[in-house]
Amino acid sequence: MYPSRFRYEAPSTVAEAIGLLAAADGEAKILAGGQSLIPMMKLRFAAPAMIVDINGIGGLNYHRADGDGTYRIGALCRHADLEKSASLGDHQPTIAAAAPVVADPLVRTRGTLVGSVCHADPQGDWASVMVSLEGAIVAQGPNGQRSIPVDDLIDGPFQTVLAADEIAVEAVVPAARGTRAGGYLKLERRVGDFATVGVAVSVEMSGDSVAKAGIGLTGVGPATINASGAAAALVGTSLEADAVDAAAQLAAEAAQPRSDHRGSADYKRHVVATFVRRIGAQIQRSEQKAA
Amino acid sequence: MALDEIKIGGLGASRRRVEDNRFIRGKGNYIDDIALPGMLHMEILRSPLAHARIRSIDVSAAWAIPGVRMVLTGEMLAARNLAWMPTLSYDTQAVLATDKVRFQGQEVACVVADDPYIAKDGCEAIVVDYEPLPPIVNPSQAKAPDAPLIRDDKTGQDSNVVFDWEVGDREGTDRAFAGADVVSAIEMHYPRSHPSPIEACGSIADFNRATSKLTVYMTTQAPHIIRAAVALVAELPEHMIRIVSPDLGGGFGNKVPVYPGYVVSILASILLECPVKWIEDKSGNLISTGFGRDIYLKGEMALRSDGRMLGVRMHTDSDHGAFFSDAQPSKFKIGLMHSAFSCYDIPTAHLTAQGVYTNKAPGGVAYRCSFRVTEAMYFQERMVQAAAADLGMDQAEFRRINLVRDDDFPHRTPWGFLTDSGQYQKCLDLGLEAIGYEDFLAQKEEARQRGRLLGIGISTMTEPLGAGNSREYDILGIKMFDSAELKVHMTGKALLRTGAKTQGQGHETTWAQIVAHELGIPAEDVLVEEGDTDTAPFGMGTYASRSTPVAGAAVAMVSRKIRAKARKIAAHLLEVSEEDIEWELGRFSVRGAPDRGVTIQECAIAAYSNMPDGMEPGLENNAYYDPPNLTWPFACYIATVEVDPETGVWDVLRVVAVDDCGVRINPMIVEGQIMGGLTEAYAMANMQFITFDEDGNCIGSNYMDYLLPTAWETPGFELHEVVTPCPHHPIGAKGIGECATVGGPAAFVNAVIDAIGDAGVRNIDMPLLPDRVYEAITQGHDISGAPPVKTEP
Repeated sequence: MYPSRFRYEAPSTVAEAIGLLAAADGEAKILAGGQSLIPMMKLRFAAPAMIVDINGIGGLNYHRADGDGTYRIGALCRHADLEKSASLGDHQPTIAAAAPVVADPLVRTRGTLVGSVCHADPQGDWASVMVSLEGAIVAQGPNGQRSIPVDDLIDGPFQTVLAADEIAVEAVVPAARGTRAGGYLKLERRVGDFATVGVAVSVEMSGDSVAKAGIGLTGVGPATINASGAAAALVGTSLEADAVDAAAQLAAEAAQPRSDHRGSADYKRHVVATFVRRIGAQIQRSEQKAA
Repeated sequence: MALDEIKIGGLGASRRRVEDNRFIRGKGNYIDDIALPGMLHMEILRSPLAHARIRSIDVSAAWAIPGVRMVLTGEMLAARNLAWMPTLSYDTQAVLATDKVRFQGQEVACVVADDPYIAKDGCEAIVVDYEPLPPIVNPSQAKAPDAPLIRDDKTGQDSNVVFDWEVGDREGTDRAFAGADVVSAIEMHYPRSHPSPIEACGSIADFNRATSKLTVYMTTQAPHIIRAAVALVAELPEHMIRIVSPDLGGGFGNKVPVYPGYVVSILASILLECPVKWIEDKSGNLISTGFGRDIYLKGEMALRSDGRMLGVRMHTDSDHGAFFSDAQPSKFKIGLMHSAFSCYDIPTAHLTAQGVYTNKAPGGVAYRCSFRVTEAMYFQERMVQAAAADLGMDQAEFRRINLVRDDDFPHRTPWGFLTDSGQYQKCLDLGLEAIGYEDFLAQKEEARQRGRLLGIGISTMTEPLGAGNSREYDILGIKMFDSAELKVHMTGKALLRTGAKTQGQGHETTWAQIVAHELGIPAEDVLVEEGDTDTAPFGMGTYASRSTPVAGAAVAMVSRKIRAKARKIAAHLLEVSEEDIEWELGRFSVRGAPDRGVTIQECAIAAYSNMPDGMEPGLENNAYYDPPNLTWPFACYIATVEVDPETGVWDVLRVVAVDDCGVRINPMIVEGQIMGGLTEAYAMANMQFITFDEDGNCIGSNYMDYLLPTAWETPGFELHEVVTPCPHHPIGAKGIGECATVGGPAAFVNAVIDAIGDAGVRNIDMPLLPDRVYEAITQGHDISGAPPVKTEP
């Protein structure tokens, strides 16, 4: 495969990378895992004048919880790091559920969560997960850092509000006020296929009632969908079947799927509702087990 | 003492594949590994539109790029009478488009440059002015009265119909239907797929002006046919053409046809007088090269109320794309479609077939199948399941009643083929026992009470493998025999060459085992070579599961010729008459004095050092083998599934395969072939298809859309065997390479239909994507045709 010609730079610091991006005047792309960028370049759908390879920048491959419970995932943390993380399940059940179903094992070894979110593919798994968790991306530019909620970051298919000279250096999930629970379900025709439908549900439980909830939808709209109305319907409930069912219907209505070779629009809405119900039931079962 | 045949790697030894040693070490020699001094690189510009008139092509910007050495268009080829080439089905195909483009991905221009990057840049710089025409993407559009004429280049072609064809006994079949208690009818579509070998196509043409010799390294399954074709089309002398097919990364029928890339690379090399390399990319392979299937069926079966099949009617509508370039060697327009129902005892049958042109990629039709046999057996086994349902009869019992019995051979099939051997009932019984048929039916009923959907699907079939015989099968008049040449060196080591061409089947391992079986020379002492027309004997290549039935038979026959000469040498060495010589594996001895003997290796050295008076020195020979009949393996595949009624997702629970391919030369390789075939069968049923939107855009032009199954979702397979030797093959072997791909899909589809039977669903066309299964369950209706791909604005 023969991409168009490009200049390749491998800076060793974030500041150096930002300098390169600024000088490239919007014609540069950042290479982290490369699992979307490289295929697009090989097909010449993307022909950036410069590649800024950030893999040589130290200290970006972490994922960790701060003392207050804030969870941070560095720009070079691979999907496989999350999949194999021993501590993740306790802190971040939705992320833990999604990590093993992202793409296939080969992609997971190289690809990054931050890169996936910033790629803003409506069929990307991580943006839905982050939306359900009210997660944010920390962007660093010439004038320092700013935090952008993922819900605001993505403003269209493959489009973000990141400036041309900004690098997303980490993803942040705010600390939970209650006990976290959640799940991610995905329908795909085959391992590594783009999601026909993906649903992320994250809740914070206070006792046996839901204090806070988020629902993100993958692959059923022009961008990742924040089904906030559906999530709101869960708050104050104990995830009883009727309540989850109501949220499932709202989530299906929030979806904006298209009919394509992965399935009809009606079918995709139906699967959204089914998956909300299934994750609700999963959470309820595990809560009962814990109690 | 006789040699232990298994120890020397003879018949029945699961010997490790010798070729794998270089493949797994990265030491294979594939087309893209080959680099010649001064080699240039060629890239193809393809049409983005499915149907359009070419107003103009401006190549000036491409010529202006430094490093671009040549830009070729259809106009340039036309000046040399090379813009069109003949196909293997007596049609013509555009090499580079002149007047119109007729499918998305059609070859429009080629750029030759110093490196492939520049060649690609050159293609991007070419400006083509297209006038879009309405695209035709299925047979019903093609046959509409106001349909645009796709092949307006052909004089006398006034519609989009390629052929009308029929075979069988129309009146006899009508009578059978008139006397039937029950008529079971069903319509189906077998969607288009693509063989998609992991290595795409490619060539390096090297024309040497000084010697006038043209050498072409090429990804081809049939190098000798290519040599003949180049000699005829390019009007070059055949002895000055050398085709070399190096290691191939899979073929599956995709590497049988001649593609425009090969042709243009040869022309470019002749014009530029240097080697020109063309390496197709994956998308180019998927959108432009030989596909498989894409055919619609109307099928009817006449039945007696006791379950006997009385007659079959089939009508097929096949979609051939823009050019009729099926690579199939029979005189039958729709290939061996009429081999359907060969395993059932049916008195009469009638088939009509119509083929049409559409604005889709042309030709091929083989994807690991013998010329439409895959479709024939899929239609057969889906029709059988529907008929059993219409009769209210158990699907296993219905098959048992109608399968040809062991004492009925040789058996004339309803369309006139002659099957010669098999134990069909035994295979079915073994399969049912292995899957635990009765227990599963009970389990299924119990699950149904609890809202779970379990299903079981059976597929039983025999198929014709191993073309020819030469009476009925030829390619452009060249008969379908095959060949082998064996040279035993003086130290008893040997070189074997055949006219076949391995592309993953393991010939280098298996052929040596046949030599070991016939001569007692250990398999590891036999080097096998194929693919170079300057050294290999003439042969028709490898496809249609024909290598073991034809080339493998030639290997046995040439070994026997060597043995006959060695016997004379042995008589000379032992100083007895030839009649007093006895053979045991690897050794000749004197009748009545078994201690007095010579080994085959001792005969070999004597052939060069101590031959009898008057005998020609050396120990080498060749054999051309023309099989008396096709071989007819039998298979019984059974799958069990569970369908999720809420999502339509179905999971395979178990797969049992019973294969009878006669004598197995290397059981491990046979099992590998079966597992690979079942994987593809599962994929056909589940996910692997190419479809087109209404604008003629190919949906399936890359591995994001065209899904090949991975180890993650592929189910496990439980393999069983029955051995009924082929009565006419020298060592009793039958073809096996394609059986599971052919017979497997119906087992999976039948299982899903069985699981959702309560919904009143008779058919879901492949692929059984979850949304299609869900729609069938919830709406209670059949799902027909290719999946909808209408892209909403």
